[in-house]
Amino acid sequence: MDINPPAEPKVASINSKATNYDVLSQRQLIWRKFKRHRVALLSLYVLVILYIVVLLAEFFAPYGAFQRHSQFLLAPPTPLRFVDEQGVFHLRPFVYKMTNELDRATFQRAFIEDTSEKYFFQLFVRGEPYLLLGFINSDIHLFGVEEPGVFLPFGTDSLGRDLLSRLLLGARTSLFVGLIGLIIGFVLGLFFGGISGYYGGSIDLFVQRLTEFLQSLPTLPLWMALAALVPAEWTPVQVYFGISSVLAIIGWTSLARVIRGKLISLREEDYVMAARLSGVSEAAIITRHLLPGFMSYLIVHLTLAVPQMIIGETALSYLGLGIRAPAVSLGTLLQDAQSVQTVTLSPWLLIPGGMVILIVVAFNFLGDGLRDAADPYRHK
Amino acid sequence: MGRYIAKRFLYVLFVLGLVSLVVFYIINLPPGSWIENYALELEAAGSPADSSELTFLRGRYGLDQPLHIQYLRWIGPLLTEGDFGYSFEWRQPVWPLIADRLLLTVVVSLASLVFVYAVAIPIALYSATHQYSFGDYLFSFLGIFGLATPSFLLALVFMVIMLRFFGVSPGGLFSPEYLNAPWSPARVWDLLIHLPVPVIVVGTAGTASVIRILRSQLLDEFQKQYVITARAKGVSESRLILKYPFRMALNPIISNIGTLLPAIVSGSTIVAIVLGLPMTGPLLLRSIIAQDTYVAAGILMMLSVMTVLGVLISDLLLAWLDPRIRFEKSN
Repeated sequence: MDINPPAEPKVASINSKATNYDVLSQRQLIWRKFKRHRVALLSLYVLVILYIVVLLAEFFAPYGAFQRHSQFLLAPPTPLRFVDEQGVFHLRPFVYKMTNELDRATFQRAFIEDTSEKYFFQLFVRGEPYLLLGFINSDIHLFGVEEPGVFLPFGTDSLGRDLLSRLLLGARTSLFVGLIGLIIGFVLGLFFGGISGYYGGSIDLFVQRLTEFLQSLPTLPLWMALAALVPAEWTPVQVYFGISSVLAIIGWTSLARVIRGKLISLREEDYVMAARLSGVSEAAIITRHLLPGFMSYLIVHLTLAVPQMIIGETALSYLGLGIRAPAVSLGTLLQDAQSVQTVTLSPWLLIPGGMVILIVVAFNFLGDGLRDAADPYRHK
Repeated sequence: MGRYIAKRFLYVLFVLGLVSLVVFYIINLPPGSWIENYALELEAAGSPADSSELTFLRGRYGLDQPLHIQYLRWIGPLLTEGDFGYSFEWRQPVWPLIADRLLLTVVVSLASLVFVYAVAIPIALYSATHQYSFGDYLFSFLGIFGLATPSFLLALVFMVIMLRFFGVSPGGLFSPEYLNAPWSPARVWDLLIHLPVPVIVVGTAGTASVIRILRSQLLDEFQKQYVITARAKGVSESRLILKYPFRMALNPIISNIGTLLPAIVSGSTIVAIVLGLPMTGPLLLRSIIAQDTYVAAGILMMLSVMTVLGVLISDLLLAWLDPRIRFEKSN
C-alpha cells in the first residue's frame, strides 16, 4: 500500500472532479459555455425582449399605428424634459405643448415648444382601443402624457402617424417574416441536405449541383423577380407568407450544405454502424442517432440565417415588391425615407433602419455565441 | 489542367442553359402580360388603334403560343444574333437599352471587388497580427456593423451625409454634361470621379465578411509549426507572414469570390436603385413591375452570366494557384 502512496490522492481528485461534471447534461454544458460569451448573452436578452415587445406592440405603443395626428405632420421627436423653463427640476418628466408654424420663407413646418403648458408623463394611459394577441380587448397603453398633450418619442411620418408605434408593429412583421421564412427554408434544407448526405451517390451529386447553381445566382434580382409573383389582390397575411416563401426558396441552399457535410461525417461513425447492425430502421437512425448529433450546428446556422431573411424582406419591401401598405414592416417604414430631401429634413425617419441594424447585429452575435457553445468539448 | 478547364467550361455552358430556362420561366410566371395590359389600356381609352403593331409582336415572339415556344423564340435569336428581344415599354430593342447599363454594372461590380480586397487584406493582416488590440476590436466592431447594415440603408445614409456636410448630391455616375455623351477619355475620367461612393456602399458588406474569413484563417495558420520553424531560423516577421501564412490564407479568399460576386451584384442592384445610378438595377425593377418581359429576362440573364463567369474564373484561378487542387482535378 505504501509502495505507491502519491497515486491514491490523485485518483481521488480525478474521481471527485468526474462526479462533479457527471451531473451536467450536454444541454447544461452548452448553456455554461454560452454564458461565457457576454455579448451573445446580451444579444439573447435583447432579442427575447424585442420579441415580447413586438408581440405586445399595441400595448407598448403609445398610439395606434394608423392613428393620425393631423397637427403633427413630419413632426420631430418630442423632447421629454425633467427641468422646466424656470430651471425647476421635476421628478416626473413632462413634455411641452407643441405648436407648429409654417415658415413663410421656406414653406417648411417648424415645430416650436410652447413653454406655457406642460403635460406630465403617465404610465398605463387610456388611448386608442386595440385587440391584443387577437383576443384581449383593451385601450391601455404602457405610457403617454396627460391629455391633450402629445408625446411622439420618435416623431411622426408624413401622414402624422407616430413613428414609434409604427416601428413596433413593423418590427413585428419583419421579425416574424424571418422566422416563417426560416421554417420553410429549414424544411427544404433538411430535406435536400438530408437525402444528399445520407444516401450519397447520384442523389448527392444532383442536390450538390442544384445548390451550387442557386448559390451562383445573384440573390436580390432573383428575389425581385419572384416577389413579382405575389398577386396584387392578396390579403396582407397571404402576401406575408408569399414573401417568406420567396426568401426561403433561395435561403435553404447553405443550410442544405451544412446538413450534408455533417451527415456525411456522422454516418461513418461506429454508433451508426452499430445501430444499423442491430436492425434499427433508417428513419430511426436519422432521427434518433444522426439528428441529435448535428442539432446544435443546425441551430447555429438557423440563427445566422434569420438576419439574412430580415435584410431580404426589408430590401424587397423598400423597393415596393415585398410587404405592402396597409401592412407595416421595417422595409415599408423606410420607404418614407426614400428621398434625400425628406431624410435630410426629417432624419428621424431613418430610425427604422437603426432597428434593422440592431436586430441583425443581435442575431449575428447570438449565432457567434451559439457556434462557440455548440461544441462544449472543444477548447479554444 | 486542360481537361479540367474544358470540363468547367462545359459545366458553365450547361448552367447558363439552365439559368436561361429558369429566368424565362420566372419572368413569365406572373399572370397577365404587358401586351394584354396595353391592349386593355387602349380599349379603356377608346382607341383600339395600332393593333397591327401588337399583332406583329405577338407573332414575332409567339406570345399567343405555349411557353416553351416563346422560350425558343427568345433564346434562338439571342444565341444566333445576340438579339435580346424587344422592349414593349421603351419601344426599342432590348440590347441597346441595357448594353451601357450592363457595362456600368460590370465596372462598378469589378471596382467593388477590387475595393473589397484592397481594403480587407491589409485590415485582416493588421487584425490578425495585433489580435485583441484596440485596432482589432475596432475593426471587428465596424465589421459587424458593415455586415448588418443593408446596403440600401448605407446608400441613404451616405447620401444624407454628402448632402448635409458637403452640400453635394452623390446621385449618378456621371456629371450632367457627360450623361448622354459618347465614350471619351474625359467621360471615363468623369466616371472614375463618381465611382467611389457607390463602390464603397456596395463593397462594405463584402469587405466585412472577407476581413472576418481572412483574419480567422491567418490566426489558424499562425499556430502552425512551420511558422514557429521560420521564426526560429530568424526570418523577419513581415517577410514571414507574407511568405507563408498569408499565401495559405489566400486560397479560401479566392474561392470566396464565388459567393462574393453574387452578393456584390445583388448589392449593386439595390444601391443603383437608391442612388439612381444608370445601371441595370433601376431598369430591372421597372421592367419587373411593368412586366416588360424581355428587358427583365435579358437583365436577369446577363447578371447571372456575370456571376457564373465570375465563379468560373475564381475556380480556374484557384486551380492555377494551388497545385493540390490542380492535381486532384486533372486526375
